[in-house]
Amino acid sequence: MSIVMEQPGAHPQALSLAQIRRVGFQTIVIREYNRIVRIWTQTILPSGVTATLYFLIFGAVIGSRIGSTDGISYMLYIAPGLIMQAVIINSYNNVVSSFFGAKFGKHIEELLVSPLPSWIIVSGYVTGGLVRGAMVGLLVSIVTLFFTHLPVDHPVIVVAAAAMTSVTFALGGFLNAMFAKNFDQISIIPNFVLTPLIYLGGVFYSIAQLPAWAHRLSLIDPILYMVNAFRFGFLGLSDVPVVIAFTIMFAAIVALFATAVLLLDRSSGIRE
Amino acid sequence: MNALSVRGLTKTYRNGVQALKGIDLAVEQGDFFALLGPNGAGKTTLIGIVTSLVRKSGGEASIFGYDIDRQLEAAKSCIGVVPQEINFNLFESPETIVVNQAGFYGIPRRLARQRAEKYLKQLQLWDKRNHTSRGLSGGMKRRLMIARALMHEPRLLILDEPTAGVDIEIRRSMWDFLREINRNGTTIILTTHYLEEAETLCRDIAIIDGGRIIERDRMSNLLRRLHTETFVLTLSVPLAQAPALDRYPVKLVDETTLEVEVSKAENLNELFAQLSDRSIEVLSMRTKVNRLEEIFLRLVEKGAAA
Repeated sequence: MSIVMEQPGAHPQALSLAQIRRVGFQTIVIREYNRIVRIWTQTILPSGVTATLYFLIFGAVIGSRIGSTDGISYMLYIAPGLIMQAVIINSYNNVVSSFFGAKFGKHIEELLVSPLPSWIIVSGYVTGGLVRGAMVGLLVSIVTLFFTHLPVDHPVIVVAAAAMTSVTFALGGFLNAMFAKNFDQISIIPNFVLTPLIYLGGVFYSIAQLPAWAHRLSLIDPILYMVNAFRFGFLGLSDVPVVIAFTIMFAAIVALFATAVLLLDRSSGIRE
Repeated sequence: MNALSVRGLTKTYRNGVQALKGIDLAVEQGDFFALLGPNGAGKTTLIGIVTSLVRKSGGEASIFGYDIDRQLEAAKSCIGVVPQEINFNLFESPETIVVNQAGFYGIPRRLARQRAEKYLKQLQLWDKRNHTSRGLSGGMKRRLMIARALMHEPRLLILDEPTAGVDIEIRRSMWDFLREINRNGTTIILTTHYLEEAETLCRDIAIIDGGRIIERDRMSNLLRRLHTETFVLTLSVPLAQAPALDRYPVKLVDETTLEVEVSKAENLNELFAQLSDRSIEVLSMRTKVNRLEEIFLRLVEKGAAA
């Protein structure tokens, strides 16, 4: 083998830090998008299949015996919750698996030695989670249309609630990946925390149907607010005030983002 | 201006191991610098601190005048690093890996693709650009890490054992490539266990042991300090015992192999004259170890004894 320098390398033209950050952010997002598409059978398809099964079993088979909720067919009532469930799980899983995979395979070092500041790295990964959340949310919405019509009363609220929920859980996934030491630790939160919170967060029922103690208990589940804000956007129905729901999401995003950046700056679990 | 300047650098790991005990080091711009030391001496820790993969416990470091505490982004923009361990995504293709790396340094995608073609071709990886990196050979993976480190055309290239496990032909090609990069103005810091590599390539050298710099000099000055050299002679006729030679300590390794120690004050003509007088015919001759290896071992052994 012979290696020939074809053209003497010139030294770099000065790049502004703003350009480095902008291009760096775009690169992380493009890389995440390519990863999502490359392994679409793991990242996109399962949610479509799961949503179809939910609609078949809970909507068509069981739902037909349940009757209407707040004057709306059960199939239509659960549709926003099922879309939101897919958005939450996929936003979380995308970041936790991608960032932990990079940590495990040591290619996170590519980013750590680069001039990108922590907030850009966090933002890039979170945007990747948002992209997957949006893709899967769109797929589940399309699946929904095969089973029921889906009115959109407040499109801005639909988009805002989905995006803010996605970002919140993408940040949660990032924090999980920061602390995780092995693959077991990236599945504990989704299986034992997220799934129960989603199921108890008003996806399949209105909390108005619950006894008083269960109603009060449900109000501490943050996912309840997200699902209801999203449902309000579609159907104009919510068990909780939508303003409170958006306030909670905003506060969660600020707190989680600040924590993620701080931890990455301190490099907990990454740098020695 | 120094490419790298380090003052009083210390590192103590959480387990209490003190990896660096106050390192002072300056590497001039444009230098080809060897950083040598036995395993566990602190080389990788020092590189880790400079590239921000390891947090220092104390001291200061700057890259081309950019302090890594106050101007970290600017400092990191100047560095390209080839780590000891493979650390790219094995499921991505070489082209994707290098293009993405350029992006992390702010290189626009179109320019990144042009540079990817340039460096992957120069490092003979262009044919493999769309293959999964997991399938590359060990030598190809090492070359891919060099291509990746060059994508933003850094002013300082740090290579931590870049030719480990690479066959001799590819290693020598990589040397030519690195010389060319250095001739074009890139400062290079190299750590290696192949001392021949350091002796061949580097102009300046520091030897680190036990977390301290125990030697820092021009390579040529250091090599001049070697007072004796051991030659291995292969003989045409077997000997029963080592011949006694004036002023040349001799050891019979096996019946046709002699080791002769020659001091700088002596010349080889005299050695061969004495061998001829004793009817000993020499078929071939080589140095036992290269000169840098000899010095390195002496310094490190001296350090260990102290």
